[in-house]
Amino acid sequence: MKKLNLAILAMFAGILFANAQAPADTSTYKNRKLQLEEVNIVSSYYHQDGDHAAVTGGIGTQNLTDLSNSIQVTLSKYDTHDRKHTWNVELGIDHYTSASSDKIDPKTISSASSADTRFYPSVSWEMENKQGTTFGAGVSFSHEFDYQSVGANLLFAQKTHNKMGEFSLKLQTYQDNLKLIYPIELRTDANAGYGEHEDYATAGRKTYSGGVSWSQIVNTRFQLMFLMDVIYQSGYLGLPFHRVYFNDNSVHVEKLPDSRLKIPLGVRANYFLGDRVVLRGYYRYYHDNWNITAHTASLETSVKLSPFYSLTPFYRYNHQVGTKYFAAYQAHTSADEYYTSNYDLSGFDSHFFGAGIRMIPPHGVFGIQHFNMLELRYGHYNQSNGLQANIISLNLKFK
Amino acid sequence: MKTSYQLMMLAGITAVLSASCTTVKEYQKNRLNDGEMTLGNRKVEKTELSFESYREGASGANGAKSGGGCGCN
Repeated sequence: MKKLNLAILAMFAGILFANAQAPADTSTYKNRKLQLEEVNIVSSYYHQDGDHAAVTGGIGTQNLTDLSNSIQVTLSKYDTHDRKHTWNVELGIDHYTSASSDKIDPKTISSASSADTRFYPSVSWEMENKQGTTFGAGVSFSHEFDYQSVGANLLFAQKTHNKMGEFSLKLQTYQDNLKLIYPIELRTDANAGYGEHEDYATAGRKTYSGGVSWSQIVNTRFQLMFLMDVIYQSGYLGLPFHRVYFNDNSVHVEKLPDSRLKIPLGVRANYFLGDRVVLRGYYRYYHDNWNITAHTASLETSVKLSPFYSLTPFYRYNHQVGTKYFAAYQAHTSADEYYTSNYDLSGFDSHFFGAGIRMIPPHGVFGIQHFNMLELRYGHYNQSNGLQANIISLNLKFK
Repeated sequence: MKTSYQLMMLAGITAVLSASCTTVKEYQKNRLNDGEMTLGNRKVEKTELSFESYREGASGANGAKSGGGCGCN
């Protein structure tokens, strides 16, 4: 598997460098200095509650609050071969509090994330030449108390000769490491963590994904995109602080297979209706080898109140057939090879609806010239198992 | 069987749509180039895509992250 991945990466790097020497075209003037293209600040407040926390074996509060902030800076530059280089530098910080995580060890504050901060920087680069070929690469990092993740990706995209279609291929990997923090009653001398810095044992989780997409302009009002990913995960795929209660009332740590293959297929369709309405549709079929199957469909209608202000109501529906390894509180038996009471993996229907407002005034938001765009969006989410969530997000764009 | 049926349907729809494509010149792309017509996620959807991938078993094929990070709570 490792050899295969290295071979794919080497082949991709070979293509990248072979195509990097496109002939120079100096017929048109382009500013070749590095320019600040835009800065995006995205902030969100998310709150959920329900009665099926995985930490407490499928019963108990799922109360959780997450405050998320990120800043993304986009820089660009044309080189002497007239190729456009774009760099994205992003820094994100999430702070969350979770009532259920406090139940890992209710007597202390050393639980994995009763309150925790996640810090996630990333950098990516893309280069597009005049033939419509794009190459890109990126790296990312994510850190929280009990979880670290390092990611890398490579991108190749090619537009058709008439610029009506574009094929893209993206290869990604995440190499994760998690601390094995067990529920207090399941800790032994061997797995309890010790010392001033709580040196817990760790486990790895690896994710490899290959994604292809094809976007196509159908006519002056309609465009489509087909997407397919193949995602393979291996390693410790459960979480050590998820309890499972068997029918004999014994308590265990969630146990799931050490590999997972996910195949999602998606299609996007955007249609400009008349002069003021844009319909943005999306459908995804998903299946994995844990026997989760899902159908997701969403529609966002963007209504242009004026050329500079849009109202965007949306609705998303998801139907999920749960994994065969899921059972509710005290429903598993000792005969089960794998077991979880995590309702995220169970069967349910979910609805997500809300609306956003987007403003791009010609002289800047609130008359501030470089304050290019403001978008505010609210959504309410509910699952048929009782989970309810609300989210409000704000995107400020400066350019 | 069901999956291959769905794939065949998808291939059929793709074939019909591809056949009905008309060439659009650059100067005819004013609607297609509108910010609302972008075939991708809006930046404001970033946290929504994260929580959906944490709270649901399905992920991927939507331009969002398909792995990495915990999302355990």
